[in-house]
This record gives sequence, C-alpha cells and structure tokens, in this order.
Amino acid sequence: MSDAKAVADRLVKAKRLNALLTPPKELRKSLNTQIAAARPTGVLYGMPVAVKDNICTLEFTTTCGSRILEGYRSPYEATAVAKLKAAGALIAGKTNCDEFAMGSSTEHSAYGRVLHPLDKTRVPGGSSGGSAALVGAGAVPAALGSETGGSVRQPAAFCGIVGIKPTYGRVSRYGLVAFGSSLDQIGVFGRSVHDAARVLSVISGRDPRDSTCEDRDPLRLPTVPESLQGFVVGLPKEYFPPELDPAVRRACERAIRMMKELGAAVREVSLPHTPYAVPTYYVIAPAEASSNLARYDGVRYGPRFNGAADLRTLYRSTRGQGFGPEVRRRILVGTYVLSSGYYDAYYRRAQQMRALIAQDFRNVFDRGVDLLFTPTVPTPAFKAGEKLADPIAMYMSDIFTVTANLAGLPAMSLPIGRVKGLPIGGQLIGQAFLEDEMIEAAYALERVVPATDEA
Amino acid sequence: MSPAWETIIGLETHVQLRTRSKMFCGCSTAFGAPPNTQVCPVCLGLPGALPAANGAAIGLAVRGALALGCTVHPKSVFARKNYFYPDLPKGYQISQFDQPLATNGTLSFLSSERGVVNAGVVRLHLEEDAGKSIHDRFPKATAVDLNRAGVPLIEIVGGPDLRSPAEARAYLQTLKQLLEYIGISDCDMEKGSLRVDANVSVRRTGETALNTRTEVKNINSFAFVEKALTVERDRQIALIESRARHGRHGYAGGGGLFRDRRQDERRAPGGRQLGDDRGARRRERPQR
Repeated sequence: MSDAKAVADRLVKAKRLNALLTPPKELRKSLNTQIAAARPTGVLYGMPVAVKDNICTLEFTTTCGSRILEGYRSPYEATAVAKLKAAGALIAGKTNCDEFAMGSSTEHSAYGRVLHPLDKTRVPGGSSGGSAALVGAGAVPAALGSETGGSVRQPAAFCGIVGIKPTYGRVSRYGLVAFGSSLDQIGVFGRSVHDAARVLSVISGRDPRDSTCEDRDPLRLPTVPESLQGFVVGLPKEYFPPELDPAVRRACERAIRMMKELGAAVREVSLPHTPYAVPTYYVIAPAEASSNLARYDGVRYGPRFNGAADLRTLYRSTRGQGFGPEVRRRILVGTYVLSSGYYDAYYRRAQQMRALIAQDFRNVFDRGVDLLFTPTVPTPAFKAGEKLADPIAMYMSDIFTVTANLAGLPAMSLPIGRVKGLPIGGQLIGQAFLEDEMIEAAYALERVVPATDEA
Repeated sequence: MSPAWETIIGLETHVQLRTRSKMFCGCSTAFGAPPNTQVCPVCLGLPGALPAANGAAIGLAVRGALALGCTVHPKSVFARKNYFYPDLPKGYQISQFDQPLATNGTLSFLSSERGVVNAGVVRLHLEEDAGKSIHDRFPKATAVDLNRAGVPLIEIVGGPDLRSPAEARAYLQTLKQLLEYIGISDCDMEKGSLRVDANVSVRRTGETALNTRTEVKNINSFAFVEKALTVERDRQIALIESRARHGRHGYAGGGGLFRDRRQDERRAPGGRQLGDDRGARRRERPQR
C-alpha cells in the first residue's frame, strides 16, 4: 500500500509525457480523499490505477480527448471504475488518448500528443497511449484503457508492457463512452501479467446496466504454471507475412522457441480472411461511431461554439469545431456507409465478412488449437508525425489486432524483446471467455522471455 | 363525396404502455412532473450510458400483439433510427425495424357503411418516446423537457384497409377499447398516450392500384380524425381533378388548419438507420 503523496509524485514526475490530463493539484487532493475512503480489505487496496479519459469517473473530468467534452464531469461512474474503487484501488487520474479512442498513435487528442516513455520522438501507440505511457514509465502499476480495434494491445506493445483485451462481454461497458458498440471493450495495462490480470479480474463480471455483458462470475486468476505441457499454440501464417519487420520476426521466433521448450505443441494454422480484417473494421467501426457520436450536439452538455443563432448553426458549429479531423473523417465515412443506397454495398458486406473472420477462428479452435501466437504490431513504435498525413498507413498498424475485436475474442500483448531499444510485443489470442488459459500461457512465457533484450 | 371516388386510409397508432418505469432505464413514467425531473444518465443520453430493456414493457407489448391476433416473434431486434433534434438526446431513437416484435394481425370493427370489417395489422413494434420541445414558454427560445424521453411505446401499423374517415374513427375507437380492456395503456389522447398518424390516398372507383398518399400527422382526438381525413380526402380529389401533384401536410392541432410541411421538413442525413437497411424515411416530429 502506498501513500497518496508518493502516488501523486510518481505521476507528476512523468508530466513531460503529456500522458495525464488531470492537473497535479486536483490529483493530489483527490488521492488524499480516496485513500481515506478506500476499503482496506479490498484486493487492490492502495493500488493506483490510471483511467483512460473515455471512461466515466466521478473524480476528474471525462473529455475523451475531445474539445466537444472539454470540462465535462460525469454525474455517474463506469461500472469498471466502481468495481475498482470497491476493491480499494485509487483512481490515479485520467489519461490522454486519441479523440474518442479513434487513432493508433495518441496524436489525435485535442490536448496534445503523448510522448513515448523511452523515446520522445516516437508515439506510444494508441488510442490508449496515455495509459500505456504512464505504466511504461513506471508512474503507475496498472491502468485502464479501451479497445475497439487494438487500442490497448498496440500501445502495450509499443511501450513494453502487458495489455489485455478481454472477451466481448467479459467487462461491463457501462460508463465507457461508446465508439463502436459491437467492438468496444475495456482493457487493462500492467507492468506484469499479474498486475494486469488482477485488475482485469476485479473489473470483470456481470452488470445489469450492460445487457451485452455476460452473466458470469468475475474472472478467476490461474496459477503460474510450471510448463506449457498440453498447450497447443497455433501460429496463423497470415500474421507472419514476408514484409514483417525482421526484428519483430526474430523476437517472435525466439518466443515461439521458448514456448516449445516449455512443452507447448506449436503448429502453423491459417485464418484465410485476415487480409479483409482492416477494411471490414474501417467500415463497421466508423458506421457505429457515426451513430454513437450523434449525441454530441451542444444541446445538453459540453461547450457551444459561436453561440446558437438557430438550431442548424448550433449543430454545425458545435460539431464542426468540437470534433477534430480524424473524428470528422470517421463520422463522414460512417454516415456514408450507412446511408440508403450504400448500406448493402458496404455495411451489410462488412457484417458478412466479420462473420467469416469469426468463423476462421472457430475453425482453428475446433481443430484442437488452444491459443494463437502472433506479433502484436508489424513494427516497433513509429516516429511522431510519420503516419499523420496517411490515414491508411496509420490504420495498417492495427492489422494484427482488429481481428480479435471483430471476432469478440480475448487477446493480450506482452513484451518479448527489443529492437534498438524499442519494445516489441507478442500477442496471444484465446478462445471466448477462456482468458484464464491465455493468462496462464502468458505467465509461463513472461517468466522465460528476455523482454528487454535485443531480438 | 362523389361515388366516383374511393378513399384508402391506413392508421399508424403510437400507444404509451402502462409501465412504472421507462423503456430502457428505471426513471418514472408518471405524467405531469416538473420538467426534467424524471431523468437519468440513460434517458438523458449522457456519454457512456447504455440501455437495458424493461421486461414489463415487452410483456405488455406482447399482450397487445396477441389481442390483435398477431404472430409474436420469439426473436425481435431493436434498431436505431438516426436523426438530429434537440428533444432526442442520443441523436437516435431506439425502435424496431426489420425484425419487429409482432406482425400480421387483425382488428375487427363495425363500419356504418360495410358492417364488420377485418382490418389488417401489418406490424406491432416497441420503441422509446422522444422528449418534448416547448416553443411557447420562453420568448425566442425553445425549452426541452426530457421527462417523456425513453417512455415505452408500441407502434401499431394498420394496413390500407379503411375506406372512409368514419371508418378510421370507428377503427380507432375499437382499438382504444381493446387496449384499455387488456390493460396495456390508459389510451389518454389528452396526455398523448394514444397518437395517430394517418396515410390517405384516393382513387377512382374501380381502380385497383394505390395512388400517392399523404401522411396526416398529429391527430389528437377522435373528432379530428374524421374531420382531418375528410378535409384531406377532399383536397386530394380536388387536386387530382385539377391534375396537380400531391403534397405533404400536418394537421395543426386544435386550429383545424393544414400547413404545407414541405418547406420546414427536416431530413436525417440520407435517412440513415443503423442495424437495418431501411431506405430514406422522412420524419416529422409531432407538434405536441
């Protein structure tokens, strides 16, 4: 257990990363209050957990990295946050993110970009880049993020930490500001598999306020296994293309060798619809976003821009100035693919492709494979600004992560090596609601893989 | 009306279900509370809030569907109807589209002209109500009361089976009796628990094809149903006789006047609807 001052000091020390949106003074004050109120019997008593700014908290503002919610204070808190507090954890501020979680670099925040904790010229990944950077810098042991297409696993890989996205329906989405409702899921970051897993365990479980949250008990943590005897690990060949960064490939091969040494059976498998995953995702996610973001109209909350001469002007100025360019781009794309006349050509076909992608995974798991192992991202962290002018290049950094969101499967990234000092992540994809098996394998791999050695 | 013309009418009826709480949250549905006192994060559409369906409302809707002889579908799906309006907090209404709760029922009523008529019920679906925009309370400003936002409604879509304004009135009275008897709604038109839109067209006697129809919205009493439809029928006949095109009209409440709504019609961008493939469907808010 830590005292409030030490927690706040560590966070404030990481200020240069621009990862935390909460002002230091407010943070210190709130931590003092929280620590006094925290339940000493809770399993996370005194553990500071930073929370992505698209998850509603009673402490601090919830802006989603957007001007359109500047200064917005939620009158209620997300179920995941309530569960953290009930377990004695401290809400250690709100973290910067791509606006409404739309982005892969945390450069699309209205509050400035987040710096990579190891190289300030690079991005920490995104959209949960603030949470990842703080955990990567050692400012907090764990943080909440959210995923729609890889927004926890990709920054976890870039920042050299553990990131878990649970099965769709494992964690309540109540209080997570919606982006793509059929894809969104709260995820966790930790310095270690155990830190991430125990936070996940606390926030998981049923919630009558979210009817897509499964009626299941909270996740039970597995014990650390002696070996991977009996595990069948599949290597989907589509995730190891010829153009894969050679260092990423080397790190993956080393991790695979170690899993074999631990007794796992490793076999190559195929997920043939993988090439269609990114285009499918970039139809479905913007479509859902265009509807989910309709409520930001300047009528009930958030700032109004240029007053409100009439209704149309109110909408235009609020949404035109309140949203940044990437959010506007996705609202336009989403509106287009849902509009009458184009619905069948885009949205319906994307839904069909999504079903095929999910079927690919079922086929592999039905043939005796327990888990899949892949690189999390094709490259290490890229330079800030490098992909800003080219949205398609930015979207391609999600290529290995969007599939788990489309299929609703649990997946996680853990550090498996470095290239020129930059972390590389390895990804485990598990079967629906079998996070325990995935975490068990991660425990074993984490113990043997030289996570900070050059690959 | 000259016997050379036949009138074709179909009614869409919105009925507020008699539940204690709203369709997707626990807020009260009681009528007449001070503005914006029966609201919560869900029905206010606050960031991050999610709907959780009210089982009691689904039960009442099923009872209504069975009373109308509908086929109740074991699986039905909620969909979003997207449009921007200040009294629609989420920017979409949760409704049902391509998989409604129930389809294919009948309502039998007594017509003074044709005896017992079995009018078809095309579908019955569940949806949530919008809030209320108040235009006359504050000078130069519109106020929004969201107490009504999220109140459970069923929409009963009748087939084009009514042949006169008098039949429309008889149909509606029979429907009201039925819904009151089975106890799913108080059907109080004054409070807006029963609201009617009518689709009207005319054709020359003996023709089988349907002509272009107009939608008369915001009919808030039995007397007005008959009156509004009579005026609209006569207008259409006159128009066709003068070979003009049809327009779109709203029945302006107690004033008893029509207003051409084409100028101030709001269009949702492309008529978008998430979760189904409905084509553009123009929407006008009832002027309550």
